[in-house]
Amino acid sequence: MSTSTTLEAPNTGTWDGGNEPMKASYGKLMMWFFLLSDAFTFGAFLIVYGLARHSHLPYTGEPEAFTFSTEWWPIPEKVFNAFPGFHGVDLPLAFVALMTMILILSSVTMVLAVEAGHRMDKNDVQKWLLWTILFGATFLGCQAWEWSHFISGTEEGMLLADGTRIFGANLTVNQYGPPLFADLFFFITGFHGTHVFTGWILLLIIFINTVNGVYQKRGHYEMVEKVGLYWHFVDLVWVFVFTFFYLI
Amino acid sequence: MAHHHTENDFHKAGDIPKPQTKAIWKTFGILVGLTAVEFLFAFTMDAGTARNAIFIILTLFKAFYIVAEFMHLKHEAKSLIWSIIIPLALVIWLMVALLAEGSYYYESITNYFN
Repeated sequence: MSTSTTLEAPNTGTWDGGNEPMKASYGKLMMWFFLLSDAFTFGAFLIVYGLARHSHLPYTGEPEAFTFSTEWWPIPEKVFNAFPGFHGVDLPLAFVALMTMILILSSVTMVLAVEAGHRMDKNDVQKWLLWTILFGATFLGCQAWEWSHFISGTEEGMLLADGTRIFGANLTVNQYGPPLFADLFFFITGFHGTHVFTGWILLLIIFINTVNGVYQKRGHYEMVEKVGLYWHFVDLVWVFVFTFFYLI
Repeated sequence: MAHHHTENDFHKAGDIPKPQTKAIWKTFGILVGLTAVEFLFAFTMDAGTARNAIFIILTLFKAFYIVAEFMHLKHEAKSLIWSIIIPLALVIWLMVALLAEGSYYYESITNYFN
């Protein structure tokens, strides 16, 4: 499929750009290697989460009797059990399941846009990019809600030994467990959210370019493909964040 | 030039090939299915090493389908596939090293206070 993407004035000589290493264009190769480096960054974040978790006491009691304490690492499904509009109802991981579905759906609409680009179908590219932009914005909105709930905390908060209670979390105080748990939540989901936001801006740019017929004139939709690679990577990272932060 | 292209667009509008989206929706179905299975295990199985292993294996399957089909890596040149996958082995090493380090730190802290 990469053969359908040609430059406007192709150079044909081996040493003047006519030779495509690994049969992929310069832009796509660079995107792949950038994503590889980004995978190391996210890998390091998630591994540090594992390091912090292994160096804290695990919760060993019955899951039903679980309470928040700075003594042990919290059970994720006891922390992330809120859903907008269902105040006080225990819905473990329901909201994060919804967020996962939204991001997978946005990945599908993105790949449909890339597919439409291969067929030079401007209308379909516009349609699917618009869906991707919509799902991306929804995901970011969900994450904003998740953060604000995490920061403001639950009604009960955490009971300290001296009888006072703390509510919510920031970088130094955390009602759900050791402060490191909140720090890693902010850094990992925050870094992922920044990536989603960046990808969303890129999507807006390529949507405007598509509407203006920039890629139709250029003769190929490779830019949609490259932004698509980035967008799928963001989805891929979420799959790992979901498993290692919310499930395990 | 611009005139030529608009004319070309009209000609092309008639012969845009039909979308080939069967494989895309199939991959979507697999990803949703695997996520559903993960939730099934999260609510029916007690936490432990076995459940974590299941989660990690299912995650790797999901990652495979996203990278191979959505990111199209399966259909790229062999050399490109390997130059992406092989460096990721370093992440595995970092994971083994730091998890062992974390456990060691935990052990020494607990023993110190006992």
